[in-house]
Amino acid sequence: MRGPDSPEMTAKIAIAVFVVLFLLHQDSWNWDNGKLWFGFLPAGLGYHAAYSVVVALFWAAVNRFAWPHAVEAWAEEGEKD
Amino acid sequence: MTTFFILVGYLALLIGLGLLSSRFFKGTSADYFVVSRSVGSFLLLMSIFGTTMTGFAIVGSTAKSYTTGVGVYGLMASWSGLVHSAVFFAVGIKLWAIGKRHGYLTQCEFFRDRFESPGLGYLLFPILVLLVIPYLLVGVIAAGKFIQPTTAGLFPEAFPMPPLPNGQPHPLHGGIPPWLGSGVICLIVLFYVFFGGLRGAVWANTFQTIVFMITGVIAFYMISKNLGGLKVAGESVVASEFGSSRLVREGMMGKLEFMSYCFVPLSVGMFPHLFQHWLTARSAQNFKLTVVAHPLFILIVWMPCVLIGIWAAAYLGPLGEGQSPNSVLGRMVGQLVHSPVLSGLVGAGVLAAIMSSLDSQFMCLGTMFTNDIVVRKFGANRFSDSQKILIARGFILAVVAVTYWLSLALKDSAHIFDLGVWCFSGFAGLFPLVVAAIYWKRVTAAGAYACILSVVAVWCVLFYRDIIAVKPAGAASDELLVLGMMPVALIIAVSTLSLVVVSLLTRKPSDDTIRKFFV
Repeated sequence: MRGPDSPEMTAKIAIAVFVVLFLLHQDSWNWDNGKLWFGFLPAGLGYHAAYSVVVALFWAAVNRFAWPHAVEAWAEEGEKD
Repeated sequence: MTTFFILVGYLALLIGLGLLSSRFFKGTSADYFVVSRSVGSFLLLMSIFGTTMTGFAIVGSTAKSYTTGVGVYGLMASWSGLVHSAVFFAVGIKLWAIGKRHGYLTQCEFFRDRFESPGLGYLLFPILVLLVIPYLLVGVIAAGKFIQPTTAGLFPEAFPMPPLPNGQPHPLHGGIPPWLGSGVICLIVLFYVFFGGLRGAVWANTFQTIVFMITGVIAFYMISKNLGGLKVAGESVVASEFGSSRLVREGMMGKLEFMSYCFVPLSVGMFPHLFQHWLTARSAQNFKLTVVAHPLFILIVWMPCVLIGIWAAAYLGPLGEGQSPNSVLGRMVGQLVHSPVLSGLVGAGVLAAIMSSLDSQFMCLGTMFTNDIVVRKFGANRFSDSQKILIARGFILAVVAVTYWLSLALKDSAHIFDLGVWCFSGFAGLFPLVVAAIYWKRVTAAGAYACILSVVAVWCVLFYRDIIAVKPAGAASDELLVLGMMPVALIIAVSTLSLVVVSLLTRKPSDDTIRKFFV
């Protein structure tokens, strides 16, 4: 699977997904939800635990498709010590 | 005594690790300060995670969940998962690249060159030091206060305490007092940082992070098992009037307050000790594991603690007069598990979380003083590498001594832990400065000064209102909110505005500087 060719486009997509994740953090619909998932996990906690996993997956995708190769090369080519 | 011996064994292991790391020391200042920029992915992940997680991650998260409910996870943990990784990716990698290319060791060196202003370094140095010291104090005081109840009853003749007014024995009778507990912790951290430099801190952090993650999971398993299993524990919370209110956020926190907590984790972008850890990476590729695993590690540490907190609300009920929520984890382990081995392991885990932040902070203050003040004032060629290391060690020794002395003087202050939160707000307020420095070519030295001074001004006003000003009788003692949000939101708004407006009104930096810092 290949990401979009343009680094600018992948960066824009990553920022857009980041904004969506930012908004999804504010789960007002769980504010007074006291139900237990699987009989022990409060809904508000379960949602944010799953959110943490999704965030990790997001950063894995960012590493894969929007890695700052130019910055990395710039650092290596002009190393001082 | 088993608990005590486990703690002693753990601390002895740290001393051994310090000795071992010193055998790898190459004798250069670059090796002492940034491990010769040779740290790989795993050590980078563990050292950065250990540094960002304080004792609050274990004891405080359980206590906060007990008092505020499950919303504390979203408030502090899942926000940190998203924002910390974003800062590591967007700021950390860029600063690592700049540091590697130009040989920087501290933030002040970078900002001084980036803004073509030697004075900026001298302005920033005391601010960063003053923000780190209360953060250090919280760790040293917390360690001393944790060791005393953990060892209560073990040394009744050496450390007696008078009985309570009601005739009951003092609960801390025979426990190692804070002056000794904090002192021992300071000495052990000093030992491995003094001899091993940042390599000692990185190795110790890695070991400590493994310890506090594993002990947290073991404590969670044992407590849930002794409560009758996960489902029974969950049902008991639902059935408890005191506990069931902790299952939701309604009535526990405001929606704007919940949202505005996103600004607090931005502080990692300006932590001087984290800046130094970023510089240790062998290559940019080493950041990948940290960026991905950090939210998962937060989940592994925080979720069990938050669940134990709400189970404690059902199991223990409301605490009595004078009992601290910070005792909740210890009481759950003590009352449900009855295992001195587990108590010792949890104790080692809490100390691990505390010490893994202290070491990097001591180390960064030594590095900053040597490079930002001494070398800057007398010239880079004035000192040999071994002299620079000697200066850094001397300053670290002085910082440890001052911190220890302050911890004794302030250990009973009601506001010392609030001070920790205000440190985070101060660092977060300076976050726009580092973002502008690496992404905005138009930012100017005057804009940087305006940003820093506005943070100082707003921080002082809000700090005075929250901590120093005498509150009217009957006023709520809750944390200060501004328009329903955390004060850090206002500090960041003002610092960003000052930075942008003043930069646009002043002359842009030279082309040489732009070429030096931008790809």
